[in-house]
Amino acid sequence: MLGAAEGAVIQGVLWGIMAIGVFITFRLLDFPDLTVDGSFALGGAVCARLIVEGMAPILAMIVAGLTGLLAGYITAFLNTKFKIPAILAGILAQISLYSVNLRVMARPNTPLLKNDTLFDNVRKGLKNAFGWEIGPNYISLIIGLICVILVVLLLYWFFGTEIGCAIRATGHNPDMVRAQGQNTNTTVVLALMLSNSLVAFSGALVAMHQGYADVQMGVGAIVIGLASIVIGEVILSRTKSFASALAAIVVGSVLYRIIIALVLQLGLKTDDLKMFTAIIVSLALGVPVLKRHLNVKKAVK
Amino acid sequence: MAKKMLQIKDLHKTFNPNTINEKKAIRNLNLTLYEGDFVTVIGGNGAGKSTMLNLIAGVYPPDCGEIILDGRLISKEKEYKRAKYLGRVFQDPMLGTAANMQIEENLAMAYRRGKKRGLRWGITAKEKKLFCEKLKALDLGLEERLSTKVGLLSGGQRQALTLLMATLQVPDLLLLDEHTAALDPKTAKKVLELTERIIEREGLTALMITHNMRDAVAYGNRLIMMHEGRVIYDVRGDEKKSLKVSDLLEKFEEAAGEEFTNDRMILS
Repeated sequence: MLGAAEGAVIQGVLWGIMAIGVFITFRLLDFPDLTVDGSFALGGAVCARLIVEGMAPILAMIVAGLTGLLAGYITAFLNTKFKIPAILAGILAQISLYSVNLRVMARPNTPLLKNDTLFDNVRKGLKNAFGWEIGPNYISLIIGLICVILVVLLLYWFFGTEIGCAIRATGHNPDMVRAQGQNTNTTVVLALMLSNSLVAFSGALVAMHQGYADVQMGVGAIVIGLASIVIGEVILSRTKSFASALAAIVVGSVLYRIIIALVLQLGLKTDDLKMFTAIIVSLALGVPVLKRHLNVKKAVK
Repeated sequence: MAKKMLQIKDLHKTFNPNTINEKKAIRNLNLTLYEGDFVTVIGGNGAGKSTMLNLIAGVYPPDCGEIILDGRLISKEKEYKRAKYLGRVFQDPMLGTAANMQIEENLAMAYRRGKKRGLRWGITAKEKKLFCEKLKALDLGLEERLSTKVGLLSGGQRQALTLLMATLQVPDLLLLDEHTAALDPKTAKKVLELTERIIEREGLTALMITHNMRDAVAYGNRLIMMHEGRVIYDVRGDEKKSLKVSDLLEKFEEAAGEEFTNDRMILS
């Protein structure tokens, strides 16, 4: 049980960066971007292939993040230039990425068991330099947390800049943004690229942690991201600052994994997990509406 | 005569052409505004008032014709590019501001209208001070609430803020699309007086659509009446000053004929 909890926390942290990416599109830009399932696996696939080909893991991770920029650009291009609705644009990108990912790995999955990942490098490095013996799980957790902190700081800065403000405003009121002289196509492109880059980066971390990349690893990622966001929002509903809102998502991601670990212990079949997740998200999104509905009814009475 | 600020030449706009919903919104519209003109625009529903403003702002392109602003042909430029020269306030108080962002963040967005947005910090301490002064001049107590989310403000406060945002970077032309129509009469009057004050202080050229004939007569130095997509009455200076609402109704009747009876209720 304790082992399961430990695993849940690590998974939550590593997947949390993906959830932050989803937050940028869903919450800040108000753009339901379904590219995520594809770009998450893309990050894992690119990172795994490059490591197998002998690239330094840290570079492989960065390249994986950069390919995410490209994935986001494709969806943004379909939406802003071809005027394809957001959801369909994301689905088209996601589907095409499935083929891309198979090409990248040249097969459906790429094991990393024979290669050192970033986590292995750091663990061995610490042992050689300081004689510290740190378990692989803690290494994953520490590196995951460092990445989360860096991402939160980066986004805190970025969304406070001129262009970052314009992106946030685009989600609320695109007409106003255009009236203030900012091309809203540009803000959509930037936000989608940034979001999918984080998602791909998260995919790379997860692939290294689990020791393989799989073309299926991103299936349902979007729903997991949403679940993390809504759980985080419920937990820290009074948070005001942007940085704590981002941190809350990672907390939500960890809690999601703990909930999953718990229900599995209680006897839920893994086959039913996706359904379970979908129900959590539906309820979390639906309850506020139901509440309002009930309040209105009460008021009418 | 003063400098020509806005020239609209032979402008046409038809919505849904060649369908049963075809609507000729603007038909051969010609209009010239001189620097410092504060023009009130009246006309019945579907006269093309809002369409004219949207064509100037670039929300959609005209079918043909030209719009020249301060010597620049702007009718082919994208909406966000023209925004550099234009200040806009809409009828719906929700439209002019981003509700989930703070007052100062909204003002900072407006302060950068027409400038390239980069990775500099979105709002500086110096700007906050400037915004504070500008808000103080509105006399609504908003200077105390710089970090309040705009969504918490009343409709009148939001319109006053939008007005300030539209004029923070002095525009060549201020477009007001019934910006007081959604407000209660008392608030509407306050916002209108504020509008007049800002226009006079900055010496702005402005087009203000209104459904209220009394306001149309009371404000501005020039009045135009639109009907079926063109200007049918244009009065300025002393003639405008001596204008009465009854004169306008008469004019309208003369031009519009029978349709007037339908529009009377809307206009009164």
